Amino acid sequence: MKPLLRFEDVALRRGGRLLFEGLSFAIGPGERLQVTGPNGSGKSSLIRLAAGLLRAGRGRVDRSPLALADDGIALDREQPLGRALQLWNASPEKAMDALGLAQLTLVPVRFLSSGQLKRATLARVAASGVPLWLLDEPLNALDVDGAKRLGLLVERHLESGGAVLAASHQRLGGEWRELELKP
Amino acid sequence: MIGALILRDARRGLAGAAWLPIAFFLLVATLVPFAIGPDARLLGRIGPGMLWVAALTAALLPIERLIEPDRADGILDQLLLHGVADETIAVAKIVAHWLTFGPLLFVAAFPAAALLHIDGQALARLLVSIWIGTPALAALAVAVAALTAGLPRSGSIACLLLLPIAVPLLIFAASFGAVGNNQAIALETAISILLLAGAPFVAGAAIRAART
Repeated sequence: MKPLLRFEDVALRRGGRLLFEGLSFAIGPGERLQVTGPNGSGKSSLIRLAAGLLRAGRGRVDRSPLALADDGIALDREQPLGRALQLWNASPEKAMDALGLAQLTLVPVRFLSSGQLKRATLARVAASGVPLWLLDEPLNALDVDGAKRLGLLVERHLESGGAVLAASHQRLGGEWRELELKP
Repeated sequence: MIGALILRDARRGLAGAAWLPIAFFLLVATLVPFAIGPDARLLGRIGPGMLWVAALTAALLPIERLIEPDRADGILDQLLLHGVADETIAVAKIVAHWLTFGPLLFVAAFPAAALLHIDGQALARLLVSIWIGTPALAALAVAVAALTAGLPRSGSIACLLLLPIAVPLLIFAASFGAVGNNQAIALETAISILLLAGAPFVAGAAIRAART
């Protein structure tokens, strides 16, 4: 089966420092991989590399259509949440419901808490309908309920043939394949 | 997507302080007679040039809000992931920025011309030079905003970068406005087209380079 994301002998250098080299892995449909490692080991850079926002110094990255949830909220702060999400997807209602954001549809983004913003970025990914999800520190600022809802969404996404690459130093719910980056 | 992007940016610009550059423009037009004196002939002669200086500086005001907020919030990253090229983003931003200040400046030129005793013919020339010149100002502003996005005190750096490049535009636009020199309007148009054609590529490359 064709993998949704494949790294082949990838090296990445940031600010003169070699973060990793000779990195090879693949994620196929229904698989989930967690990138772990201490602060500064290059977890977020790996996610951005996978997304195509950074270029690898060496090696090759093949990717299928993907959605990314990272620190950037990518939502207009003055707009109500529902409208702001519609910039990226015409009908985000189901995903908002799945993350418990339904009652916030009309609330302007700038009034949302950091946990609610995290849920909103995850809703953007869940609504995208693409096979590959990239989640950078998905549990940051999420409460227990939020983490549970995210877990359910990930399970459903995997069942429908999707794949998830997440970077986190915390334990994510469910069975994850692990990729540890050394500092 | 580009239409939605233009609409979004234009709406954001107008919902924000769209009146600020225009108020600034009119404020300069109000101050000039106090500084120069009420000599109507003198005012009429320097008026178009003064208004062009005012228009140029007014276009600088929103420069920090053009690219940086979208870069910081990751909107530029998400646009790339949605298959929108950085140059396309730049074009959308230029069009949207022009929409928020070009037409308003055009309207504000009427009261400003009255304040400076600019006669009907000179006003007509001024309006033509504004139509031709403001798209180039918008393009320059977006390109410079992209080049300085993420830098500390980017506003002042942006001014220093933009003003020298805007000088040729200013020379020919003001020259046409003041004395009706037809070669000047041809040259203003040429420079305007050059800036409009080049700015999306400069801005696109700058957005790409700022992505770390």
